[in-house]
Parts: sequence; C-alpha cells; structure tokens
Amino acid sequence: MPQQELAKTFKRTRRNLKENAFLFQQLVNRDFQQKYKRTILGMAWSVLSPLCQLLVMMFVFKNLFGRAVNHYVIYMFAGNIVWSYFSDSTNMGMSSLMNNSGVISKINVPKYLFLLSQNVSSLINFGLTIIIFFFFCVIDGITFTPAMFMLWYPVLCLVIMNIGIGMVLSALFVFFRDIQYLYRIFLTILNYLCAIFYTLDHFTPAVQKLFLANPVYANIRYWRIVVLEGHIPSLQYHLLLAFYALFFLAVGAVFYKKYNHRFIYYF
Amino acid sequence: MAIIECDDVSIRYITGDFKSIGLKEYVMRKLTNNFHVKEFWADRHVTFSLEQGDMLGIIGSNGAGKSTLLKAVTGIMVPTGGKVTTHGKIAALLELGSGFDANMTVRENTYLRGAMLGYTKDFLDAKYDEIIAFAELEDFQDYMFKQLSSGMKSRLAFSIACLVDPDILILDEVLSVGDGAFRKKSGDRMREILSRGKTGVLVSHSVGQIRELCNKVLWLDHGNQVAFSDDVELYCDAYEEFLATKKLPKSMDDVKALAKGHDQRMAAERKKRAEEETKRLQGVLEKGDSDEAIQAAARILAKNKPELLVEDYQDLLGS
Repeated sequence: MPQQELAKTFKRTRRNLKENAFLFQQLVNRDFQQKYKRTILGMAWSVLSPLCQLLVMMFVFKNLFGRAVNHYVIYMFAGNIVWSYFSDSTNMGMSSLMNNSGVISKINVPKYLFLLSQNVSSLINFGLTIIIFFFFCVIDGITFTPAMFMLWYPVLCLVIMNIGIGMVLSALFVFFRDIQYLYRIFLTILNYLCAIFYTLDHFTPAVQKLFLANPVYANIRYWRIVVLEGHIPSLQYHLLLAFYALFFLAVGAVFYKKYNHRFIYYF
Repeated sequence: MAIIECDDVSIRYITGDFKSIGLKEYVMRKLTNNFHVKEFWADRHVTFSLEQGDMLGIIGSNGAGKSTLLKAVTGIMVPTGGKVTTHGKIAALLELGSGFDANMTVRENTYLRGAMLGYTKDFLDAKYDEIIAFAELEDFQDYMFKQLSSGMKSRLAFSIACLVDPDILILDEVLSVGDGAFRKKSGDRMREILSRGKTGVLVSHSVGQIRELCNKVLWLDHGNQVAFSDDVELYCDAYEEFLATKKLPKSMDDVKALAKGHDQRMAAERKKRAEEETKRLQGVLEKGDSDEAIQAAARILAKNKPELLVEDYQDLLGS
C-alpha cells in the first residue's frame, strides 16, 4: 500500500513537472535575472566574490597551514566552492516559498517549482565557480586525470541533498520566521566543521572518520581525493554520498508532503 | 455534469499560532504550557454546483468568506471539511498584480504570468499580440513592469487571464479595472466568454454587476451560506435591502419580504427624486425670466417626450 502511494506520488510529480516545464523555465529565467539584474558585472560578481574570499583566506591561512599541504590553494578552493554552493543553495531555497507567497496564495501552481528554480540558478552559479576552479588547477600545476570525470557524482549528490534540505527549510521558514537566524548560526558552526582551510592530519583516525558524518565535508573530501590525489574514491564514499542525498531528499519530501497544504495559512 | 461542485465546504483559519512568534518563543511557550491557538471558520458548510455556462455571483459583506471560497475552488486551499470538484482548465483572477515581477519587461511578464496560469509557450506565442492589443500596451512592451501605471498593470493582468481560453473563469473584484472605456471592454469580454458556454464565478461588491452578468447567486454571511439560487433578481433585491437594514433573512418569506422592502424603497426613492426635480423646475418657472423658463420647459419636454422635440428647438435647451 505505501508502495502504491509512493508510485502514485512519483507519477503525479512527473506529470506536474512535464505540464509545468514552461513555467519552470520562466521561473529559472526570472530568478537568474533577479540575481544578476541584467548586468555583465552581476554575472562577474558571482565569480569575483568567491575569488576575493579565496584571496583573503590564502593571505591569512597560507603561512599557517600551507606548508603542510601540497597545493594548499586548490585544497582550500575545493572546500570553498562546495561550501559556497551548499550555503547559497540552501539559503536561497529557504526563502523560495516566502518570496513567492504572493503568487502561491493567489495562483494554483505547484509550490516546489519555486524551490527547484531557485536551486537551478544556484547550480548555474556553482558551475561558473567550477570553471574558475579548474582554471586555478591549471595555474597551480595540478595533473589532470581521467578520475576528474567522476566529479559529476558529488555534484549530483549535493544537488539532490540541497533540494531535500531546501524543502525542509522553506517549509520551516513559512512557519517560523526566525529560522533564518538560527540557520545562519548553524551554518557558521557547520562551516568550521568542514575543514575548508585546515587539514585533519592532527586528529586521530577515529575523529577523522567522525568528520565524515558532516555531509558537506564528505562531499568536499570526495573532491579533494579526485583533484589532489588523482584517483576515484572508494565505493564507500559513493555509498555515503548517495545515502546523504537520498536521506535528505526523503526527509524533505515527507515534510513537504505533510505540510504543503498548510503553508497558505501562514503567509 | 457539474463543472464546479462544492459539497459542504468548510475552511478554518488558525490564528495566534506560531506565525508571528518564531521557533524560540514557540518552544518556550510549549514548555511552559502557554501555547494557545484560536480557530476561525472562514466558510462553513457551503454547498453549490454549477453547470456549463453558468455564471455565479457571490455576494456578502466584508469578511463573509467570499475570497476564501474562491481559493478553495481554484485549488489554492484545501478545504478543512467537505470537497470541491472541478472539471476543466481554470483561470483565476484573485488579485491583479500577483505573479508579476517588477524588474522584468511587459513582454517577459506576459509570458511569466501566462505560464503561471498554465498556458504553453506555443499558445502564448500565438496569443501574445492579441493580449497586448487588448491591454492597449503596444507602445510599452519593452518597459519594465514597475514603470507602468497601476491601471496599465491591471489591464495587462486582465488581458492575460481572459484572452486565453479557460473553461472556468474566476474573478474576485477585478471587473472594476482601468478607466471607463476599458471597464466596458472587459465587461463585454466577460459576456462573450460566457456566451461561449464557459462557466464563471464572480465576486463583486457591485450588485448591479451581479444582476447584469450572473444567472446564479450565492449569498454568504460570516462564512455561512444564506442562499444559493438562480433567482438573481430576488436575492440581489433582498441583499441590497439587507445592506440597508442589516436584517439577515432566515426563511424564504424573509427573503421575499426583504425584496419587497427593496422594491418599495426603490419606488419611494424614485418618487422622491421625481418630486425634487419637479420642485426645482417649478421654482425656476415661477421666479425665472422668460428665457430660463422656456429652457426649463424644453428640458422637461425633452425628458418626458423626446420625440416631440424636433431639431429646430434643440438650441432652446441651452447648455
């Protein structure tokens, strides 16, 4: 019975997506324009901002940790772009429903489209920073290996996970307006647990394993293994990332399905 | 087959909930057992059904639950109790201006809003010129939406919702859009859509509009259904009398009494107006010099027996 229910929900979602493909495209277009305000500089800014951040971090941390790690800049950059995408996407996702409350309370459209389109626009941004990242890889003399073709995998897992987390956050944000402040605090803590600018060498192997309980760190680690160590991570990494992605997607979907009819009362 | 069917629909709002207090305060109040919510029923046991080609007018004073009911019909809200079934594509205009983006052009907004109403790209491509022409915005297509006047915005919203081809059209207090000319055009447009056998629901505070456009009427009061009937005249009369006397009818006899009261009041008002006019004219005739008196007489003549007033005497009417 639950299986049938699930199949039905899935089928309906697919039909909805198909019917609303055009709306979705329009929304992505809108979000993208809102973000960049039709300016060339707007687009450049999304690349410049992580670059500036990277420069500052390089300046501050290179002497502190840099000596111990080969290609420290790339090490840090990999962590930084994955983190930026994660925090950008979940933050934007959180406000996606509230920002469109005017539409949702007046027009009958599938609400999750707003979340998805917001995610697409964050993903495009991420794509731009990835290009810059590889540019830096070239400068820093990283050996390009076939393993890099596997990088689609952590990206895909992160996209799915972000959508799931966005579903939970956007719903929570409708009910509790202060969730954005709480989430910001949570993000700061999580950021320090992502080993973006430091290495885990000082920790015992057990603690190093514990770090993998942080989904974002697991994702960053995958990137570093591929780019810095030049090989594809073990099967366990793949399973772990897949687990995080599907887990958060499932939690988000259940949460969303349970509460989506009640959103309208709280706008 | 009923196109729209509302079966015992009730909708409840919850107030005093955690909307405004936030998560921290919510947890605190939960812990101290101090968390209370208040319920508010916007609609209670509303039942009606519409066949193809019906135009329903919903009347009721502010807070009667009209707009909430429309939200249930369009599927934006899921009723707390009861069931709404609809057949066909719905175009709903609950509020003009929602779904537009201030920083996008008129052209982009037309497509965005059209997409939100569920229309395809091909359809919008084909209809785009017509929409712009109807909204009279040919010269403003590449303007930012925020640069338009509020009348223009409403015209665009109306055009997008109506020029496309819905099976069900739902309008909430939006027919009074734009200037007089556009209002007439939009009214004509509504009648045309209805004459094509479409089904519609209209919420309006103008009872005149309901009388003119609707063949069924639903009367709500504080969420309760007072009446659903196809005797539009009777119930509109009764409703207008209710607005004057604030006496809610409890039975069919009450309704008839209200309607009768309305007729009497209208007749009395007409009589009063006629008397005032006569008095005014008499006053002019008695005290005025001859020119004015002639003009006044000619005006009375023009009003009562225009066919007698041949063209030669037109200038007698004065300004």
